[in-house]
This record gives sequence, structure tokens and C-alpha cells, in this order.
Amino acid sequence: MRRYILRRFLQGLVLLVLVATIVFFLGRLTGNPADLMLPEDALEEDRVALIETLGLDGPLHKQFGIFLANALRGDLGDSIRHREPAVDVFFSRLPNTLKIVPGTMALALILAIPLGILSALYRGRMIDRVSGAIGVLGIATPNFWLGILLIYVFSVQLGWLPSARMGGPQHYILPTITLGTFLVAGFMRLIRSSMLEVLDSEFVKLARIKGLSETIVVWKHCLRNALIPVLSLWGVLMGGLVTGAIVTETVFAWPGIGRLTYEAVIFRDYPLLQAVIIMDAVLIVIINLVVDILYAYVDPRIRLAE
Amino acid sequence: MTGDTVLDVRDLHTHFFLRRGVVKVVDGVSFSLRRGEVLGLVGESGCGKSVTALSLLRLLPQPAARTVQGKVLLDGEDLLTKSDREMRQIRGSKIAMILQDPQTSLNPVFTIGDQLRESIAKLHPGQDDTVMRRVIEALRKVKLAAPEQRIDQYPHQMSGGMKQRVVGAIAISREPRVLIADEPTTALDVTIQLQYLKLLQELQQNSDMAILFITHDFGIVAKMCDRVSVMYAGRIVESGPVRQVFDNPRHPYTQALIASVPKMRRQAGRLPTIEGQPPAFSDLPRGCRFAPRCPLADDRCRTTYPRSYAVGSEHTADCWKVGAAVL
Repeated sequence: MRRYILRRFLQGLVLLVLVATIVFFLGRLTGNPADLMLPEDALEEDRVALIETLGLDGPLHKQFGIFLANALRGDLGDSIRHREPAVDVFFSRLPNTLKIVPGTMALALILAIPLGILSALYRGRMIDRVSGAIGVLGIATPNFWLGILLIYVFSVQLGWLPSARMGGPQHYILPTITLGTFLVAGFMRLIRSSMLEVLDSEFVKLARIKGLSETIVVWKHCLRNALIPVLSLWGVLMGGLVTGAIVTETVFAWPGIGRLTYEAVIFRDYPLLQAVIIMDAVLIVIINLVVDILYAYVDPRIRLAE
Repeated sequence: MTGDTVLDVRDLHTHFFLRRGVVKVVDGVSFSLRRGEVLGLVGESGCGKSVTALSLLRLLPQPAARTVQGKVLLDGEDLLTKSDREMRQIRGSKIAMILQDPQTSLNPVFTIGDQLRESIAKLHPGQDDTVMRRVIEALRKVKLAAPEQRIDQYPHQMSGGMKQRVVGAIAISREPRVLIADEPTTALDVTIQLQYLKLLQELQQNSDMAILFITHDFGIVAKMCDRVSVMYAGRIVESGPVRQVFDNPRHPYTQALIASVPKMRRQAGRLPTIEGQPPAFSDLPRGCRFAPRCPLADDRCRTTYPRSYAVGSEHTADCWKVGAAVL
């Protein structure tokens, strides 16, 4: 088990180094960063001076070395727009994003697990068809459109809920629904299909032969097995939720890291964008490490393989 | 029929209701099991053996399959009229079953102790110590070495033979009246097969449990069973005491099956085979189902299903040709 976690951890580190490398070289492909930082009418001497102070005159591999060394110390450069370390900007926004995650996840799981199980148990019946239709709709509906639609109906027309920005509990409702719809739909369909597979298995047949009640057959014997593939999707979607809320946060003017990413692009804040991408990668690696550990907890074949 | 009869299956019909039509997988099967007896149910893959077994337990694939007619009398009570709740109390305690593949019949995410415990706990609710003792006892009965350590292991940590012993332990843990063994050794190594069959024999001899032994292997029937029923395309075509059926098979299908079993002392050569394929359930012949493959078949065979003829004490065969010879 310890070796399993250690291996996953090292894999994560390798991945981060790769991400940092790609981010660095992609950045250099777009030209000299000094040009971005200086006003258009800057003098040539100022430009040369800035290039020297930033160390941009050395060979590329040397620059990359400096970049990596700084990154390891937690220094990913300063944001041009905010005039403070990009990492600090990232961390000042992260809590706002994390505030909508628990609600969204809870919404997704509370709706998706029972609906997925019910659709599998009553396959082809009314509840399966209705939830199937909702599922397809939920997956097919683009985030930004749903967000705008919700704002139009509940904020503009009905005036029940605030349309943007952070605030009291009512501010969380629309962003949570917008983010959660896709998750509910995705989880529901996956739980349904993996439940169907498990329900058809021999060990479920044996559980019934033992005379166990359907409640125990479904909630003990099936669910634990059906959750194994769901967990991997959870890792992927959770990562996407934290980092990819760009559209939703932009629509709702939510000051989280999704919106920060958008701002970094719009204002051509290159160091900030680099930092956001790398920090997103760090988050995703951490989330996946947690998922891998949960995996081992759910599936003894992983826990005890060694 | 004697007072010893534990299980009496009469005219069982199980149909699959599929989009392309009704498929009669079990079409009028009758047999009975006496206390302490082993009845072999033999036939090719897909002839309806396993569906017959699942019909007895009422665990057919839902919603496609349904038993539409017949009686399954266990100690005189018809299981087909029981409520779901009553059926759950009967499963595991009065009828148990061993499935074919031990690799898939245990739940991979629970320890084997847990999987045995949940069955035994129904006998002693709330008495954890007693349950634990019975778990160990059951594993000892199936000769699993070091059961105290085994109970905390997961299925993937055991060999196929060991897992099938655990499945056996689950089956006998509540001392059922009837044990259905559905090809319990097919997925095991040949050397382990023999050990497992011996184990089943011992377990049976130490109790008065009746066994319905489903197999496609006549060798196993000869070794394990007292009586045998031969099934073909959803019907039983010949039944009788094992010795009689072996020495004097009357139905052409049984004759062909027995002829195709390799014999140690006979000269090596090509084994006889049965020409053709079993009929598809969706397109069964009007008369005898074996007629298209039967060397003796005539017009009557092809148009009318034969009645059952007694050809010896408790020995019957459904064949017009047999009837002609007997009368």
C-alpha cells in the first residue's frame, strides 16, 4: 500500500515537471516576455536593461533552469497586472472556487447515485427513460448557455436570485446548478451502466442464492463494485470542476481561479497564466492522488497487490 | 413417488420473452429428488439445464424470463406460489446452489469471512460469536486449510479450487435440503476437479442433503450420481438409474452421448460424434427435437413429439422407436 502511494506520488511529480516544461517553452514561442511587460513606447535601452535584470539574455536552457529552480521554491514570477507574485494571486482566488465545489459535488452525488441505481434497477421503465433523457440533455447543454438561461429566468424575469458575484447563500444557487448539471448527468449515466454490469454478475447471483434481501444485494454487493469506475470519473470531473470552471465563473462574475484564468488571458498577463496553469496541474495531481488512495480503499485487489 | 421425496418438479415451463418472440427454454421438465440422493442433469451447453436450476430458485434473468407453468414442490410446498419474502427465506436455507465459475461467483471487494458470515448470520441473528464459530466450522467442513486466517482474505488471494471450496462452504453452511451444483468443477483444473467431487460426496454422505448435479460430463455422472436425467433442447428425453442408463441407453441421443465419451481401454481412434447442431430454441422442430440429427427418425418422429415409455424400473425414454420396441 505504501509503495503504491509512493509510486503514484512520483508519477505525479514527473507529470508536473512535464507540464512546467511545456508551459515554459510554449511561453517562449510567443516571443520575448520583456516586450509584453514594457509599454509600447519604451526605449531600447530600457528594453535591454529589463532583459538583463530578468535573465532573459542567457541561453534558453539556462533560462529554463532558472525557471525550474524558482518554481521549486514556489516562485512562478510576478503578475503583470496585479504587480504581485502570481502564486499569491492564485491562492487569494482559490478559496472562492473551492467554496462552490462541495455544494456542486454534493448535488451531483445526492442526485446521481440514487437516480443511476434506480435507472439500472428499473431498466427500460419510466424512471430509466426520464432520467436517461435528463442525462442526455445535461451532458449536451453547454455551461455558458445554461448559466445565461438561468440568470435570464431566475434573476431577470423572476427576480428571485442574484445574477452575479459572491454574497449570501442565494448567490451559490445558480452557479452550483450550472456547474452541477453536467456532473449529475455524467455520474448518473456511468452509475447506471456500471450498476447494470454488476447486477448481471455471478457474485450478485450468488448473493441472491444466499437469500439476502434486495437492499443488501444492491447497496452492499452492487454499489461498492459499481463505484470503482465512478471513482475514476470523479477524479477527472473533480479536477475539471476546480480548474475548468472558467466559463461558469465568468458568466457569474465569480472571483475564483476560473475567472482568474480568463482574466490572465484577456489582459495578456503571461506570468499569471503560466502560474495558473501550473498550479491547476498541481491541484489535479493532488486530486488524482486522493482518488488513487480512495481506489485502493474501495478495491482490495489494488490495496493488497504486491 | 415415495415419502422420501424432497424435491418434486412437475411439468416445468420457463419461457424467455424476447423482442423477437417467445423462447421456450424449459418446456415441460419433470424430475424428483429423494433424500440423500444425487440426480444428474446432463445435456449439451444451452439445452436449458441452468435455466431449470434458476427456475427452481426463482432467480431467472429479469424481466426477460418467467416460469409460466408447472410446480416445484419442496417438501410438498410449491415454491412457485411463494411470495418474494418467503422465497428469500428458502434460498440458502432449504435450497442452496454452487455456481460454475469460482473466479466470478465471489464478490471481489469483501473478505470471504464476510461473505460466509452474511449467510450464516441469518440463522443466528445477533449472536456474533456463534456466527463466527459456524463460519470457521463451515470452512473446516470444506477442508480449507487454516480457516482462521482465511476469513480475512479476499477472493483474489485464493486459488480457483480454494474459492470453489468457499462457495461450497456458503452453500452447505445452513444445511440445506437440496443442493444444486451447476457444473461446479467445469472451471477447475483437472486434478482439483477430482478432489472437489470427492469433497461433495463426503459432504453429501454426512448429511441427508439431496444434490441436483448439473453437468455435461457423463464421466462425472457415473462417478457422482444415483440417477440421471438427460436433457435435450429444453426437455428431458431419458431418465433412470445411472447403471441402467449407462448399460442400456434407450434414447438415440443418450446412446450417442455415451458413445462419444472417451474410454480408457478401447482402441484409440476417432471418437463418434453427433452430426449437426442442437436446434435453436426459436425454431424448434415440430416433433421430436432430436429428429433432425437422429439416424432412426421417420415421419412420425418429425411431426409428433413422442410420449414417454417405461423401459425398466424407474427408467423412461421419450422416443417412438423405443415405444415400438417395448410394445
